[in-house]
Amino acid sequence: MAEAQIAKTNTTSAATTTVIRLESLRHSYNGRTALDGVSFDVRHAEIFGLLGPNGSGKTTMFRILSTLMLPQSGRAVVLGHDAATDPTGLRREIGVVFQAASVDVKLTARENLRHVGHLYGLKGKALDQRIAETLTRVGLADRANDSVETYSGGMMRRVELAKGLLHHPSVLLLDEPTTGLDPGARRDLWEYLAMLRDQERVTVVVTTHLMEEAERCDRLAILSQGRLVALGTPGELKCEIGGDVILLEPREDAPALAAKIYGRFGLEAQVIDGKVRLEKEQGHRFVTEVMDAFPGEIQSISVSRPNLEDVFIHRTGHRFWTEMSDAAAEDQSKKGKRR
Amino acid sequence: MATQTQTRSLPVSPTSRATAGLTPTVSLWWREIVRFYRNRGRVIGVIASPLLFWVVIGSGFGTSFRSDAPGGQSHYLEYFFPGAVTMIVLFTSIFAMMSVIEDRKEGFLLSVLVAPVHRSVIVMGKVLGGATLAALQGLIFLAFTPFLVGAHLGFDNILPIVLTVFLISFALTSLGFAIAWPMDSTQAFHAIVNLFLLPLWMLSGALFPLSGASGWIRVLMQVNPVTYGNEALRALIFPGSASLLPVGTSLGILAAFAAAMFVWAFVMANRRTTKPPA
Repeated sequence: MAEAQIAKTNTTSAATTTVIRLESLRHSYNGRTALDGVSFDVRHAEIFGLLGPNGSGKTTMFRILSTLMLPQSGRAVVLGHDAATDPTGLRREIGVVFQAASVDVKLTARENLRHVGHLYGLKGKALDQRIAETLTRVGLADRANDSVETYSGGMMRRVELAKGLLHHPSVLLLDEPTTGLDPGARRDLWEYLAMLRDQERVTVVVTTHLMEEAERCDRLAILSQGRLVALGTPGELKCEIGGDVILLEPREDAPALAAKIYGRFGLEAQVIDGKVRLEKEQGHRFVTEVMDAFPGEIQSISVSRPNLEDVFIHRTGHRFWTEMSDAAAEDQSKKGKRR
Repeated sequence: MATQTQTRSLPVSPTSRATAGLTPTVSLWWREIVRFYRNRGRVIGVIASPLLFWVVIGSGFGTSFRSDAPGGQSHYLEYFFPGAVTMIVLFTSIFAMMSVIEDRKEGFLLSVLVAPVHRSVIVMGKVLGGATLAALQGLIFLAFTPFLVGAHLGFDNILPIVLTVFLISFALTSLGFAIAWPMDSTQAFHAIVNLFLLPLWMLSGALFPLSGASGWIRVLMQVNPVTYGNEALRALIFPGSASLLPVGTSLGILAAFAAAMFVWAFVMANRRTTKPPA
């Protein structure tokens, strides 16, 4: 009987730990598919990363989750509030930090926050106290009455963050929050997000195209061309690559070298940017074997532990940044048409 | 594949009520005012431009125009006065809503849209802000009334005049909001607005009286809601002048127009689509 009780509590806690549920989200802009049936769950008090190159669909997902756009099909549910049918309920739960600045630079930080507070139905002394608290938390208390125009980029980001946190949301959505920040400010922001997760139990969803940021997330969804290509902790994802990643720079022809390696060792090798890339356990041993096998054909060779970009290549067969430049070009032409 | 754009209206769920009421409205209104007075160029423009319009246009036309309207408005400068107020208010109101496009570009609007605030509050705050500034400019213009023959400004008519100016401002600001909402460039807004604005003003009795117009122009003037604002203003400022309708009726028509424009602006802002917000 005790066991049954435990099982019961487990299922209820499992049900409540899912904070965000996405079910086969699909969306396209003028025939270009941005999301192609993406589903996953985000759990309570985790930092969840949406990693993908520009054009992979993460901004579309962000727009749907923040209720700014209706999904064409599928569902996005945050704490029981469906983005399509109950946007107001959903909006109460979320704090949003946009990639582009949303502060009013003509106003001071305090005025900006007071305004946000009013939109969330806070007012009077309670609001003043909340503003003071939030400004202290993001380290802007001493500059609160200066016009935001006079702030540095890092300080402006902190005002954005303060705006998103003022009403104590249970879910914080951040779209590329470190854009334009120097490394110090970047690190501060990530430490702050970890603090929010640990102390306030806030669920944090952050989009990024930076591998080193993705490494800091508890769990990751990797998107490519509107599809979910990987889901898990950074450690799990890297583990699925068998062993090490070996990168060979050939003296002459990369595809020929790849073919020879396949012929000799039976290893699937990919050619990426004129280099031959393969995955193998005990990579350091393989280095000497391959150098012996093809003397004079290899310019340089490197062995490394797999990183998240390797996961991306492993799952999609192409590099992260090449996709990005294609998508960026497409984005440009789309913008050109719209004007 | 053709893109589908679906539009769904906002459902009302009893458990998740949107923030409504005075505080957020006042907050959005106050922001418009603060942004105005922290911009010195706009402040100077608001005070200087009415004077310039009136003197230059009025004097220029004055010698070549004789009003047929009885009631002692012998000089065009007097006839043109309410029209000039209407014009100032019209232009300032509608162009104030260029700020909707700027807010969208600056990202400010997005942060308002993700807040659980009722969309009517957003429209009301912004429209009241723009309307306040436009009405203020129109009222500054009224300081010239002592220099006009036959004009009257006193305790008995100041409140109805303020109300009229405010109603015109509110209606036109709402119209500006509805036009600006789906737009992403201020240039396009300019182009579209001029299309509305010039006919609305020229066919309102501001330039020439309805009694002198004929045929379809007369019909257009009669269906133009701005005509009634202009009429009410003229009747209030020049108590002796002949007017089309009683002031109360004109104000009623104006109020109905303002309400209709506000509803239009609200419907625009309340739409949620499958298209990107900016």
